[in-house]
Amino acid sequence: MASVFGSTLKRREDPRLITGNGQYSEDIQLPGMLYASVLRSPHAHARIVNINTDAAKALEGVVAVYTGKDLEGKIGTVPTAWLPPDSNIQTPPHEVLAVNKVRYVGDGVALVVAENRYVARDAVDLIQVTYAPLPAVAEQEQAIADGAPILHDGVENNVAFHWQAGNATDDVFENAEVIVKQRFRQQRLIPNPMEPRAATAQYNPATGEMTLWATSQNPHIHRFLLSGILGIPENKLRIVSVDVGGGFGAKIACYPDEAMVAYAARDLKRPVKWVEDRRENFLVTSHGRDMVLDVEFAGTKDGDFTAIRVKNIANMGAYLSTAGPGVPTILFGLIVPGAYKIPYAAVDVYGVFTNTTPTDAYRGAGRPEATYLLERMVDLFAAEIGKDPVEVRRRNLIQSHEFPYNTAMGLEYDSGNYEVALDKALAMVGYEELRQKQQELRSQGRHLGIGVTTYVEICGLGPSQVAGAVGFQGGLWESATVRVHPTGKVTVFTGASPHGQGEETTFAQIVSQRLGVPFEDIEVVHGDTNRIAMGWGTYGSRTTPVGGNAIAVAVDKVLEKAKKIAAHMLEVSEEDVRFEDGKYSVEGAPTRSVTIQEVTLQAYLAWNLPQGVEPALEGTAFYDPVNFVYPFGTHICVVEVDEETGDIDLVKYVAVDDCGRVINPMVAEGQVHGGIVQGIGQALWEGAVYDEQAQLLTGTFMDYAMPKARFFKEFETAFTETPAPQNPLGVKGIGETGTIASTPTVVNAVMDALRPFGVKDINMPLTPERVWNAIEKGRQEA
Amino acid sequence: MISSTFEYERVSTVAEAIERLQAAGGEAKLLAGGHSLLPMMKLRLASPGKLIDISAVQELHGIVREPDGLVVGALTTHAHVASSPMVREYLPALAQAASKVGDLQVRNRGTLGGNLSHADMASDLPAVALAYEAEVYVVTMDGEETLQAEEFFLGPLLTAMPENSVMRSVKFRTPPSGSKSVYEKVPHPASGYAVVGIAAVVAVNEDNVVTHARIGITGAADVAYRARGVEDALIGKAFTEEAIQSAAVYASDDGMIAGDLYASEAYRRQLCKVHTARALRKLLAQ
Amino acid sequence: MSQKQHVTLTVNGVKRSLEVEPRQLLVHALRDDLGLTGTHVGCDTSQCGACTVLLNGEAVKSCTTLTVQADGAEVTTVEGLGDMNDLHPVQEGFWEKHGLQCGFCTPGVMMTAVGLLKHNPNPTEEEIREGLEGVICRCTGYQNIVRAVQYAAQKTSQQGTAVEVAAAGSGSEE
Repeated sequence: MASVFGSTLKRREDPRLITGNGQYSEDIQLPGMLYASVLRSPHAHARIVNINTDAAKALEGVVAVYTGKDLEGKIGTVPTAWLPPDSNIQTPPHEVLAVNKVRYVGDGVALVVAENRYVARDAVDLIQVTYAPLPAVAEQEQAIADGAPILHDGVENNVAFHWQAGNATDDVFENAEVIVKQRFRQQRLIPNPMEPRAATAQYNPATGEMTLWATSQNPHIHRFLLSGILGIPENKLRIVSVDVGGGFGAKIACYPDEAMVAYAARDLKRPVKWVEDRRENFLVTSHGRDMVLDVEFAGTKDGDFTAIRVKNIANMGAYLSTAGPGVPTILFGLIVPGAYKIPYAAVDVYGVFTNTTPTDAYRGAGRPEATYLLERMVDLFAAEIGKDPVEVRRRNLIQSHEFPYNTAMGLEYDSGNYEVALDKALAMVGYEELRQKQQELRSQGRHLGIGVTTYVEICGLGPSQVAGAVGFQGGLWESATVRVHPTGKVTVFTGASPHGQGEETTFAQIVSQRLGVPFEDIEVVHGDTNRIAMGWGTYGSRTTPVGGNAIAVAVDKVLEKAKKIAAHMLEVSEEDVRFEDGKYSVEGAPTRSVTIQEVTLQAYLAWNLPQGVEPALEGTAFYDPVNFVYPFGTHICVVEVDEETGDIDLVKYVAVDDCGRVINPMVAEGQVHGGIVQGIGQALWEGAVYDEQAQLLTGTFMDYAMPKARFFKEFETAFTETPAPQNPLGVKGIGETGTIASTPTVVNAVMDALRPFGVKDINMPLTPERVWNAIEKGRQEA
Repeated sequence: MISSTFEYERVSTVAEAIERLQAAGGEAKLLAGGHSLLPMMKLRLASPGKLIDISAVQELHGIVREPDGLVVGALTTHAHVASSPMVREYLPALAQAASKVGDLQVRNRGTLGGNLSHADMASDLPAVALAYEAEVYVVTMDGEETLQAEEFFLGPLLTAMPENSVMRSVKFRTPPSGSKSVYEKVPHPASGYAVVGIAAVVAVNEDNVVTHARIGITGAADVAYRARGVEDALIGKAFTEEAIQSAAVYASDDGMIAGDLYASEAYRRQLCKVHTARALRKLLAQ
Repeated sequence: MSQKQHVTLTVNGVKRSLEVEPRQLLVHALRDDLGLTGTHVGCDTSQCGACTVLLNGEAVKSCTTLTVQADGAEVTTVEGLGDMNDLHPVQEGFWEKHGLQCGFCTPGVMMTAVGLLKHNPNPTEEEIREGLEGVICRCTGYQNIVRAVQYAAQKTSQQGTAVEVAAAGSGSEE
C-alpha cells in the first residue's frame, strides 16, 4: 500500500464547503427562532447614569430587552483563564453587560431580542442611555503614568500584572563588548477571521439541556467556562462548532455575547440567534499584539551573542481576556532567545488595562513578538559589528548535535537542524548573487533589500504539568477515540477543534496509515461536546502534535486488542503475528492472514473471542505530551523600495520550514502560505489606530488594510524534515510558523534596502509614507 | 448591518423620477446601482425615507458617440465603460479609471452617474471628468441643464446637482487629435479608493511641443481639481523628461490638499508630484 | 416597518416569490427566506466579497443589493454552481488546488472567479490577482486560490466550453 501519511490528498472538508453545504453557526435555522442584537457603548469610558428601554420594548416585534441591571445576580461574570504565577494578577469582574460603567467602545450595555434581525437592530437605536463620560486612555504607557484615568477600582496605575522571567543582570551588559538597544512597537492587530462570531442557542425546558452552536476554537473550554457563567451543569450544556470560518486566536476567548444569547434562549424558551457584524467584530472580538518592547542585546565584536533583555509593556485592553495574560508573558517570554545560543536572557512584562478592546492570542500569540524583536536585533547587531546578517546568524545557531538543548529561559528544545534549513533557503533565493545584484542596483540608485529570519517556534501546547506551572487554568492534553465499526469503517472523535486547518483530512491520513484502513473509510468528528468526551481545542499549533498523537495512541490501543483477536483467529500466539498494511499474518507463513476488517467483525460478533478480551473495537487515548515541540526554519524576502514614494515591492519570498514529519504536503504548504500573508500583513499594512478619546479609527475594512491577492507574488516554499523525537508521529506544528517568521523577514529586508539612507528602524506597519519619511529624514541627516 | 426603513419605488422614466423626488420633499434619494448609497445607509450614516429606483429607466443607459465626445448614460456601469471599445479608443483614461473603480463586483453594479453624483473626494472618475472637460447633463423640474465638470464638484460628497434633478448623461470630450491620455492611481490598501488618482491628457504638435494639457487629480484634496499649474507649465514647451519634471512640482498647487490616517498632507503632495510625473512619462513613452 | 413588497426572483433556475421589506438585503433573502446559507456575510462595507452571487450572470455583492432591486432577475448562488456529481470547473479547481481552508469566504470567491473568467477566460496570474480585489481571504494567502482559478481556466479551455452557469443571462445594456 502506498504511504498515505506524507501524501498530498485532496481535503475531505472541501466537498461540503465548495457546494455551499457548510454548517457554520449562523447557518443554523430553528423554528420559532428569535434574533438578538447588542447595544454597545459609544464611549470608551463613562458612567452609566440611566437606561430607558421603554421605546425599544414598545416596538412591534421586540420580545425582550435586557440591561446589565436586569441580569445582575442571574448570570456570572466572564472569567480569565490564564493567571501567570507570581505576577500579582488583578482580575476585576467583566460583566456580560456593563452595570455602572463602560470601559471601552463596544462594551455591551443592553441586549435586544426580537422576531427578526431587522427589528432587533431598530430596537437597539431606540434604547436611550445617559452616560457621564470619563477621561479615557488607549495607550499603555499613558495608562500606567501617574494621573491616568483608572479603569478598575483598586487596580493601581492600571497594572493588571507584572511578570518576570530569566536572568540577565546589569553586569553582563556592562561587561559586553557590543550593546545594541532598540525600542520596538508591536502594533495592535485585529484578527478578522472572515466569519464573524455567531451563536445560536436552543434550550429544552423538558430536559434542561442547552445547545449552543457557536464559533469556537475550543468548544469544551467554552462549555467549561459558560457552564460557570450560566449556572448550567456541563452535562446539560452542549457546544457545537463544526464549521468555523477561521479563528486565528479570536475564537479562543469566552465572550459575553454567547453567554447572553444562551441566557435569553433559556429565559424566553425560544431559540435565539446572534451574529456579530463586522463593525462589532472590529470593536468587540479580541485584538492581538500591542506591546511596547525595549530591548537590550549584547554580544562580542566577533559576533557571538551573549545576552538579551526585554521590557514589555503590553496593552491588555479593558478586561483580561480568557487567555490574554498568557500571551505577553509565557508565550512571549520563553522564546526570546530564539534559535541561538544566548547564555543570558530575561524579560520583564507589565500587563496594562486601557480603554480598548481586550487583547488575546492572535496567530502566533507572543512568539511573533519575541521573534520579531530578536531577528531585528540580530540584524542591528550585525550592522553594528559590520558583518553579514547570515554569517552572524550561522555563528550563533544551535547546532544539530546539541539537541536536546536547554535554553536560558529554561526550555528544552527537542530537535533541530537549523543550518540545513538556512542553507536550503539561501540556495533557493540565490543569496550571494542577490548581494551582488544589490550592489549593482545601488549604484543605479535602486534599493534592493534582503531580509533573513532563522526562527524557532515553541508550540504544541503542551504538557499539562507545564500548563499548571505557568498558570493556564486548564489541561493541555488531548483526547481521541478511534471507533472501528463492525463493517470496518472508522469514526475518529478528536478533542481538537480544527476550523480550516484541514485535520479532517490529515487525521484520517494518520489513521489510515497506522490502522491500514482505506482513507475513504475514515470519518473524523470534531467540534461537538456531546459527541466528544473532552478536548482542549485548536490553538498554539497543538492540533497535530497533541491531537494527532492522541489519535496515534488511540489507534495503537485498537491494534493491541485487534492483535489478540487476530492471533486467536489464526490460532497462533500473539508473538507470532505480524501486522502490516491492515493485515495480520503469521510470521513465516504470510498466506495465513486475516484483515483488520475481518478481525473487527469478529470483535463485534464476539462468538469466539480470546479469554479476557471484551467485545467491540475502539481505542480511546488521553494524550499528554512530554514536551512542547519546536518547529524551525529560515525565511528570506527580497524587496525593492521606491525612494520617491516609499512603496515596497515584494520581489521574492522564500520559506523553508521544518515541522517534523509532514502528513500532507499540500495542506502544510497552505498553512505556510496563509501564515506568511498574515505576518506580512502586520509588517506592511495592518494596524489598529485609536484616537485620543480611545475611539477606534480603523473599524472597518475601508480603513483597516487586510492583505489582498494583488499585494503578493508567488511564494516559494519548501520543507526539511527533522522528526520530532518526543512524540509517536514525529510531528511538530505548522499553523503559525509563517506568521512568526515573515514579519521580521520583511522588515529586515526593507531596513536592508534603506541602509544607504542610514535608516535603522521604522514602526510597523511600514506604510509607504513612513518609509518615505524615514528616507527623507535620512537624507537630511546625511 | 441593516439600514433604517424606507419606502421603495421603481420608476421607468426620468420624468417620473423627478416627480417622485418633488413629491417626497427632500426625503427621497435616487437609487441606481446602490454602491455609493447602500453602504452609507447600512452604517446608518444616511437614512432617506424613500428610494426611487431608476435602474430601469432605459434612456439613462448606454454610450453614444458624438462628433466632439462620447456621451455616457448615467446608469452605465463601470464594467460597461471599462470594456467599451469606443471608450477604450477615444477616451483611454476613462476606460482605465473605470476599470480601477472598486473591484470586479462593484464595477458590475456601480454606475457612472451614481459615482459622480456621490462625489466622494477619493473617487476615480472625477479626475477623468476634469481631464476630458466633461459636461454633465441634468434633467430638472424646469428642463435640462448642462454643468461643466469643473463647476460640478463642489466639495466632499457635494455637487452642483440642482434639487430634485436626475443626471441623464455625461459627455466626455474627445481631446484634440493626436492626444494621449492615461489614468494613474495609488489605491488605498483597504478601501481601494484613490489616495491620489491622476488623469493626464496631453497633445503635442509635429515639433513635439505641447499644445494641449489637461490634468485632473482626485483623492489628494477635499475635491478633485484641475492641476492648472502643471498644465500651464507644459503648454508651449517641448514634451521632454525635463519639462515633465519641472511641471510636476506644481501638481498639488491647485487643490486644498488634505491628510488622513493613511497619508498626510505632505505625503499626498509628494504623491501628486511623483505620480503626475509618472503619468506624463507614460504618455511620453507612448 | 415599511410596506412589504412582492418580489419574484429566479434563483438557481427556480422561480421564487417573496414578500420583503424594501430594506432587506438580497443576501438575507437568500439565507433567511430561501435557506440558501452557502452565501455568507463577512463585512458591512462591500469589501470582503463573501456574499458574491451572480445577478443576471454577473458577479455582484448581495450585501450591497436590495432584494427589491433584484426583482425579476436571475440569481445564481454557490448552491446553483454545481454539486458533487457535477462540479463546476471553478469548484473543481478549488478542491484540486487547496484553494480554501476555513471555507467561509470560498463561495463568494468562487462566484467572483466565475465572473472573472466569463469576461477573461485565460487570465494571467496578475489579472487573477487583480480580479480578486473584491474578495478577502484570511486563510489561504491567495496563492492556491490563484492556482485554483488557473486550473479552472485551463480545464474550461480544454473542454472548449465557456464558463457559464445555468442562470447566466444578459445584464449589460447598450
